[in-house]
Amino acid sequence: MTVNTKNDRDFIKTADEAVDMYHSKREELIPILMRVNQQLGYIPKEAMEHISSRMHIPQSHLYSVASFYHMFSTQETGRHIIKFCESAPCHVAGGREVFEALKEALSLEPGDTTEDGKWTLMTTSCLGVCAVGPVMMVDEDIYGNISPNQIPDILAKYE
Amino acid sequence: MAYFRSHILVCNDPECMEKGSMQILETLKKEIAAQGLSEEVQILDTPRIGACQLGPEILVYPEGFHYVNITEKDIPFLIEEQFLKGRPVTNLLAPEKEAKAAELGEPTTKEVRVVLRNCGKIDPANIEEYIAEDGYAALAKVLTDETPDSVIQLIKDSGLRGRGGAGFPSGLKWGFTRDAAGDQKYVVCNADEGDPGAFMNRAVLEGDPHSVVEGMIIAAYAIGATQGYIYCRAEYPIAVQSVKIAIQQAHAYGLLGENIFGTDFCFDLDVRQGAGAFVCGEETALIKSIEGKRGEPRPRPPFPAVEGLFGKPTNINNVESYANVPQIILRGPEWFASMGTEKSKGTKTFALAGDVKKTGLIEVPFGITLREIVFDIGGGIKNDLKFKAIQTGGPMGGCLPEDYLDLPVDYEELTKAGSIMGSGGMVVMDEETCMVDIARFFMEFIQDESCGKCVPCRVGTKRMLEILTRICEGNGRESDIELLENLSLEIREDSLCGLGKGAPNPVMSTLRFFRDEFEAHIFDKECPAKVCRALINYSIDPEKCVGCTLCARNCPVDAITGERKETHVIDADTCIRCGICKQVCNYDAVRVT
Repeated sequence: MTVNTKNDRDFIKTADEAVDMYHSKREELIPILMRVNQQLGYIPKEAMEHISSRMHIPQSHLYSVASFYHMFSTQETGRHIIKFCESAPCHVAGGREVFEALKEALSLEPGDTTEDGKWTLMTTSCLGVCAVGPVMMVDEDIYGNISPNQIPDILAKYE
Repeated sequence: MAYFRSHILVCNDPECMEKGSMQILETLKKEIAAQGLSEEVQILDTPRIGACQLGPEILVYPEGFHYVNITEKDIPFLIEEQFLKGRPVTNLLAPEKEAKAAELGEPTTKEVRVVLRNCGKIDPANIEEYIAEDGYAALAKVLTDETPDSVIQLIKDSGLRGRGGAGFPSGLKWGFTRDAAGDQKYVVCNADEGDPGAFMNRAVLEGDPHSVVEGMIIAAYAIGATQGYIYCRAEYPIAVQSVKIAIQQAHAYGLLGENIFGTDFCFDLDVRQGAGAFVCGEETALIKSIEGKRGEPRPRPPFPAVEGLFGKPTNINNVESYANVPQIILRGPEWFASMGTEKSKGTKTFALAGDVKKTGLIEVPFGITLREIVFDIGGGIKNDLKFKAIQTGGPMGGCLPEDYLDLPVDYEELTKAGSIMGSGGMVVMDEETCMVDIARFFMEFIQDESCGKCVPCRVGTKRMLEILTRICEGNGRESDIELLENLSLEIREDSLCGLGKGAPNPVMSTLRFFRDEFEAHIFDKECPAKVCRALINYSIDPEKCVGCTLCARNCPVDAITGERKETHVIDADTCIRCGICKQVCNYDAVRVT
């Protein structure tokens, strides 16, 4: 995922594209928000306002949906998003130590973004690749069988 | 369908793709053509080989040779040896033990493949391969020879029960939806496989999506639905893609849409994606999510069979339930009912994870014992440690100790033992696992995923988590065990949906079977498994330490001091108990007490 410089016009354009893609059907709200979130890294207020007026759905309702699902973010995120699997099989396979090393390496707590806007650290529910736990995802890339000392190498791959 | 003497399967799992498996695929195609084998050898990509840490990897059938760490320059030689000279290239073959780590390997003698029969064997993106394995024959039979009522009777006779976890008889459910008043009815497939450690449905959707599509069309015919939805979690992008391709192809073959098989029956299917909310696996929450709303559950009744999606009668089944349907129709309900126990018929897929030697997917007939699963199929505990517990049923399931290893696996027996069947996650734990930490861990998950609608679940799980956390941190109070028990009963009694009602299960089952560990944490301030950081200390064994300085150089807080070639010492006050020293030590000199 590459997120370029953002301004209001991009927000509106992205929102328009997403709504058009799904024919502004009410029950397609989640795919629409997903599209915006994928394009921009989060769902900005401006995009939500625009979707609201185009789909005739109250903003409060949009916000209630956008804030309910873990995969949607209503706050600006970093250039790269790390999703660490916090599920039992990864935990049992040594995930806790890896997660500590990751938090230490980034000086981040889950949900936060580094000051330089490079990294956002999140936890994710099970990615279903438990046979190679512990697992984490950086943007769209999945890393399995990770140990604490691999963390610096993985992070170094990203600009 | 063209006949090929050999098939090459190229793994397209994300890890292998990152290592260049798609380039390997292209090069294979070019080389096969260059050596004049295009008519004889078929090349396919598949999501399921499973030794991705050694990727890129390929499988060659019918011999079943598994090649790993392939580079583009190996390919001309590989193809010449394998297909022209007929002998394997031994130095590229997967090492024996890695092949066993495959997510879905060859079935052991205890396994029976019904739902997983096609996974890894056919190209999921080619409907003709599914049809060649009797695919859509069940649908043809149903549409031409059976009435909706007789289909429902067949499913009832088979004894199929909901594979999502609750085990409600599927035929009965179909009957309710058929009998419900209303012109518009829906069928929905619950593919929101959110239980941590469970990936059975992902394997089916990625490896054999048409079996689910066919099962849904049959269900739609039986209940009188014209529209269906597959609700798949967004954490499974490959599964979503695989299902979308399957739907497109079924359309192109006239198996979906208007007048299927030339009959009056019309049915269409769409995919809807979740956005990361565990509670959406609960059927009423799932319905809300398909409608584009917050995925919050509502009280039942009315059940979805009467008032479901958009307020219309809706039949919701799990992926595995639908995938069983075509086989039941083709082979007959008697065949299906001949497998399993008195009340649980057929087979069940499980995802075996945790501390067993062979993790991965299995499919076994009901009635198999936990011991057979852990030791015969799973190969026993890793590193030859002792078995401690097996967690079944996902986060709302329970942990069963060694005494229960001979328990036959079926819906009733697991519930009686204090756990549940759930959707099929099984996490095996060895003696180095702290059960209090595990209970805390599951509570953290549940508390995080509680949707917040009802108070017992929202507030109760938070309080339980606080209590468990303080026990793990060495601040447990004398009354904490009783408090946990009381809270458990109240949350179970008063919560709205299955998530809340099941929330206390991990705590109740660990309290029942591992009470002494809770007591050790609270009264003796000790963690018997040496996991809870506040209750353990790291020190260096002077007998074993050679003074290599490796631990001191790796310690993040400089808590380790010592001269080269002299015994090192850990300062307990500075130490943050991260365990890195123990990991890096080559002489096993770091002790945990």
